[in-house]
Amino acid sequence: MITNTSNAALTAPSAGSESGQSLSRRQATMTYVHQYGIIVAFFLLCVGLSLSSEYFLTPKNIINVLRQTSINGILAIGMTLVILARGIDLSVGSVLALSGIVAASLATGETPQPAYVAIAAGLGVGLACGLVNGLVISRLSVPPFVATLGMLSVARGLTYIYSEGMPIPDLSQSFLWLGQGRIWQIPVPVIFLAATFIIFWVVLNKTVFGRYIYAVGGNERSARTAGIGTKKVLVAVYGLAGMLAGLGGLILTARTTAGLPQAGQSYELDAIAAVVIGGTSLNGGVGTIRGTLFGALIIGVINNGLDLLGVSSFYQQVVKGCIIVCAVLLDPARRSRD
Amino acid sequence: MKQEPKPAPGLDPDRVASLLLDAEGVTKAFNGVPALRHGVLRLRPGSVHALCGGNGAGKSTFLSILMGILQRDDGDIRVDGREVHFKNPRQALEAGISIITQELSPVKGMTVAENLYLGREPRALGCFVNHRRLNAMAAELLDRLGFRIQPTSLMSSLSLAEMQLVEIAKALTHDSRILIMDEPTSAIGQHETELLFKAVRQLRSIGAGIIYVTHRMTEIFELADDYTVFRDGAFVVSGAIREIDRRHLIRQIIGRDAASQFRTVASVKVNRKERPLLETRGYACGPKFGEVNLTLHPGEVVGIYGLLGSGRSEFLQALFGLETGVKGELRVNGERVRVRSPKDAMRQGMALVTEDRKASGLVLPLSVTENIAMSSLDRWSTAGFVRTRQEGQGVQEMVDKFKIRTASVQMPVQYMSGGNQQKVVLGRWLQTRPRLLLLDEPTRGIDEGAKQEIYRFMTEFTSAGGAIIMVSSEVDEVLGMSDRVLVFRRGFPCRESREGSLTREELVHLAA
Repeated sequence: MITNTSNAALTAPSAGSESGQSLSRRQATMTYVHQYGIIVAFFLLCVGLSLSSEYFLTPKNIINVLRQTSINGILAIGMTLVILARGIDLSVGSVLALSGIVAASLATGETPQPAYVAIAAGLGVGLACGLVNGLVISRLSVPPFVATLGMLSVARGLTYIYSEGMPIPDLSQSFLWLGQGRIWQIPVPVIFLAATFIIFWVVLNKTVFGRYIYAVGGNERSARTAGIGTKKVLVAVYGLAGMLAGLGGLILTARTTAGLPQAGQSYELDAIAAVVIGGTSLNGGVGTIRGTLFGALIIGVINNGLDLLGVSSFYQQVVKGCIIVCAVLLDPARRSRD
Repeated sequence: MKQEPKPAPGLDPDRVASLLLDAEGVTKAFNGVPALRHGVLRLRPGSVHALCGGNGAGKSTFLSILMGILQRDDGDIRVDGREVHFKNPRQALEAGISIITQELSPVKGMTVAENLYLGREPRALGCFVNHRRLNAMAAELLDRLGFRIQPTSLMSSLSLAEMQLVEIAKALTHDSRILIMDEPTSAIGQHETELLFKAVRQLRSIGAGIIYVTHRMTEIFELADDYTVFRDGAFVVSGAIREIDRRHLIRQIIGRDAASQFRTVASVKVNRKERPLLETRGYACGPKFGEVNLTLHPGEVVGIYGLLGSGRSEFLQALFGLETGVKGELRVNGERVRVRSPKDAMRQGMALVTEDRKASGLVLPLSVTENIAMSSLDRWSTAGFVRTRQEGQGVQEMVDKFKIRTASVQMPVQYMSGGNQQKVVLGRWLQTRPRLLLLDEPTRGIDEGAKQEIYRFMTEFTSAGGAIIMVSSEVDEVLGMSDRVLVFRRGFPCRESREGSLTREELVHLAA
């Protein structure tokens, strides 16, 4: 214990005038490597796969990968907000299912509701679940892991209660467009992913709210002392993550052409994986949404590539697991923190 | 640890020893950038050796090498005359070198005795911990040192100072002969400090060598026998404390003469007939502190002195809306106000610099810009979008004003020195345009140069009509900076004094 106290304080060379400058330059280089390393890794992966399979780089396959990535990508963007705020949301898979079922129930039957009603309901359900998470975490001081673990179970249970355990098929054409439509040959889910990415990139990089998320995640006590309404920020963050889970639920329901009560199981883990591969720190306050996008794309490409190479899906899980751990191992920011 | 008799001269000529530690020409560079160019330290057994230097002087790097946390690039380190190369902290510990730092990491859920012998518990039947024996060993050790701490108390129930004493005792269980103390008093009050000093002196008397790092000159002159000064990564000078005075030592540390130390109270006119900026009447908060009646006029500095746990910090926290259950009356500019959150406090023109800038001041992974802008974003944004240009100007203004040394304002504040970090906190608050500054230990753990700049800033702030409440455990600072001093004892303000009417001794006596 004596040996390990405050290594951080001792190892970080104190920044005098000159050494401080070079240190920060080194820091800047490391941040640079870190930010773009993931992109380089992604493209190397693509080059490797295109050499192994001629089918990989065809437009059809690329669109396929993007569509497969879209739901995880959207969930991962919500998860990025949560993890940046030093939290975790284990409930997104269940919330996705609940939103999907509620939307499906409105978009089916003899006289289905218009698609926008179903969509609003789905998003609303997701938002509501997220707000509950946020309130329980910020007002009642329940740790995020526990609160969202509770929501994971509650939302899944509500899904089965609401659907009586049965799938809800026969959805209206206008609703199915969400999952199956195309705009200029681009699948609608991919467009949703792109739009979500752009919106939340702006939120995190350009708005006061985005700044507050980083501040609350980096050090909640400091943020509070600085006059930031930390509880409101947390409620908003979980609310948004829930709403994005709702959006994922809508898209998944439309793609599978039915509301499935068992949908989205363990999706939260893929979302967390994308965020972690993308370089966001589980300690909060450090990370980018671009990293998350590429994290999600890497997962999508690996799944697709291994499919193309004829590797069984059992092995795919092993590979994905190894990549998650390696991504964190190779993270230079992490090393300097130790 | 056994008594180390002073070797008679000429008795053992081969041993370069009689030196516990002899480090010469130690260097270390990070990616080609030298952090330590020439580290020298000679530690005699039975001595307290002050290692002095501003932030960035290379002390930390040197100590890290000594502790085996970093490996040196070049140079010699001899312990008891034997050349050593520690690859990790464990080897250093085995060679008898222990460190006690400001950031302790005890296992808080365990008892004192369990912490003392962590990993080396006496066993029963090979796998069970023999608690009776463990507690007896611990009691014997604590008793021998004169520490009044129960071996069976939980670590979490101890004060910071008591934890530090436990750390010292723990170092002894390792039979350490070289003890490094890195700012051990930065978080504890005067009374605890005296306990600590007693322990240090006792260690010295049984032949241990203590390397003592602190920014506090008073402590150096009270405790140390020898000193060594590092500046800009290199050894500058060393010698015996009795052969140097405070002024010369400071000059060696900062490389130039220190300007006028404290605030010249006479330079700021306080008009007590003017409406007070802040008034508290019967201001109390549960068991934390009670009945503070304080009137603060523009231009005034009120110093608050008290031991750890005397309610001094809690009083500032309460004013800033960070405590619940506050009773009594609070008036700002003559109007009665309620402050329930930092935001309310900011609206009343208050700003709080907390005592622990890393835990509750800064967001370490964020940049200088983000940290400074944090509390002014309402002003620097339109419809929720940050106006980066305005923000950049506001930040640059503070960087220039406080001479914050940073290669880039995009650099995370965690890599900055303590003094620069503190200036970032001050810069943030100054941008909220406060009239009342609440400063909790504003110069803790920062070097002499930065201290002077903060003192200058305080003078400037009060000259412009602001008022300051400053909590500090440094007697000289409290007396030197304040118009009046309020002494807190066990949660109650027990004495208010006019400037100049209180001596050091009285102050310490009142607080204890």
